[in-house]
Amino acid sequence: MSGYYHSVTLDKNACRGCITCVKRCPTEAIRVRNGKAQIIGERCIDCGECIRVCPHHAKLAVTDPLSAIEQFKYKVVLPPPSLFGQYKRQEDLELIRAALCEMGFDAVYEVAAAAELVSDATRRLMEEGKLNKPVISSACPAVIRLIRIRFPNLLENVLPLLAPMEVAAKIARAQAVEETGLKPEEIGIVFITPCPAKATAIKSPMGTEKSNVDLAISVSDIYPLLLSAMNKCSNEGDGHDTAQSGRTGLSWGNSGGEAAATFTVRYLAADGIENVIKVLEEMEDDRLSDQDFVELNACPAGCVGGVLNIENPYVAVTRMKHLRSYRPVACNNIEGDKIPSELMWDAEVKPITALRLDPSPKKSLKMMSKIEEIESRLYGLDCGSCGAPSCRALAEDIVKGHSTEDACIYLLKDKVDAVRSSMLSLKIDSRDKSGEK
Amino acid sequence: MSANYLHYHYVVPGDDFTQAGMASGAVKQILKQLGINPQTVRKMSISLYEGEINMVIHAGGGEIDVDIDNEKIVAVLTDHGPGIESIELAMQDGWSTATEQVRGLGFGAGMGLPNMKKYSDELLIESKVGVGTTVTITVNIDN
Repeated sequence: MSGYYHSVTLDKNACRGCITCVKRCPTEAIRVRNGKAQIIGERCIDCGECIRVCPHHAKLAVTDPLSAIEQFKYKVVLPPPSLFGQYKRQEDLELIRAALCEMGFDAVYEVAAAAELVSDATRRLMEEGKLNKPVISSACPAVIRLIRIRFPNLLENVLPLLAPMEVAAKIARAQAVEETGLKPEEIGIVFITPCPAKATAIKSPMGTEKSNVDLAISVSDIYPLLLSAMNKCSNEGDGHDTAQSGRTGLSWGNSGGEAAATFTVRYLAADGIENVIKVLEEMEDDRLSDQDFVELNACPAGCVGGVLNIENPYVAVTRMKHLRSYRPVACNNIEGDKIPSELMWDAEVKPITALRLDPSPKKSLKMMSKIEEIESRLYGLDCGSCGAPSCRALAEDIVKGHSTEDACIYLLKDKVDAVRSSMLSLKIDSRDKSGEK
Repeated sequence: MSANYLHYHYVVPGDDFTQAGMASGAVKQILKQLGINPQTVRKMSISLYEGEINMVIHAGGGEIDVDIDNEKIVAVLTDHGPGIESIELAMQDGWSTATEQVRGLGFGAGMGLPNMKKYSDELLIESKVGVGTTVTITVNIDN
């Protein structure tokens, strides 16, 4: 319908038509129709809240199977910083790096390494003073899509740099081409994704025309395989430090890490989609103009809270803090004076007009007046039985022609009651059936 | 059944900072659904928020009436607070009669009225000391 790819999807057989996801969706993008949840594509931001809350595990994130890597001659895996917080008994980054190679990957490029370049570029851009403050991080694709739909005014504040995943993919492919002499398309760049939003960002990229990532494998799929590979590798290792990132890059895995790496003290970091929305509302009304940088993560605690991760996000944060303490501040910096163009957006990130009632403001006004009129007749219980998240949303759906007033069981009961009392008041008994006069 | 204008009425409770901004937030959401130019939405939202906060800080609350048609958005904020002694003085940047307690909450920096002036297309303030204040904010819809 919207022509936009989403990785969040529904398992119809598992869906029982309860309204848990409908109520929790931050963009009111889900309705229950004919007993099953339906996602309104143009509104969905792939934040994964519905996956998080569905009691029947009917909401899924579409990712690639591990077997898909076999189509490539040379396979480079991109582990995100948050992956390093998923496992116990892990002394350093080396074990996961070795285990990924044991699983069949030819090379590892840490997304945290690219994050350090993005941090460096961010600092340089902010120093140049050409950005609109407060600068909003561009790293969380769910947040950027939310801004495109709900806060188009703030697009001009978004950092015009690609997310570390994209930068990592570009660098990894270039390095692999140089090392192997293979063609770029023979190299598979595989991201291990903690969330559906990143998987979506590969199919529908932001700030660039085509993603450099070929496949997205979910952390939850890879978790057990990686664990057994880690057990195999645990006695190996020659004590060499091959890890590519330092504290700066690894701290991007949790909320506040990216913001702290800008080196400004005037920064704010919010995590959890509801908190993010509150901050964006304040920004839109010019109430955070004293801040330099705003980091926003749709998931609680940051990427470690991604819905495809296994470990409790707060446990993962603690573990990553420990891991980081053995690392240098940063292992990657931009060489030279100029920010490489590979880091910058090369495609415009445009607003999405999914909220407006109609393309014509005049028609929208009429529709809104009808919505108000219908809403005033509804009970205001927001019970969700009609399949919409609130009475207000039902009124909107009715005016848009997607639902009817009979969807409200209370209005329907009133209607039935009215029919019942008029039936009872009919004076059938007094009629003369014989036809004689 | 459907009209060419919209009317909204909000009651702003006094001295309740947790609810301050509810009316301007609701109006912002409606304007976005109407597909009104984002800059226009922002102008209305900022000036209405400032007005709403002023009612809470200075006047013990009040009422807001918002009218929207195809040409403009008009918000009338009515309170029965102490009134403004000198509107000219109140319009100056940084001038404030807010209490220390209110300033401690991050409000009362004296930018309320100047901001309302800056972001609205027309601002009308009528005030009588001891009686109350009526502020009319007009933002033109330019699509």
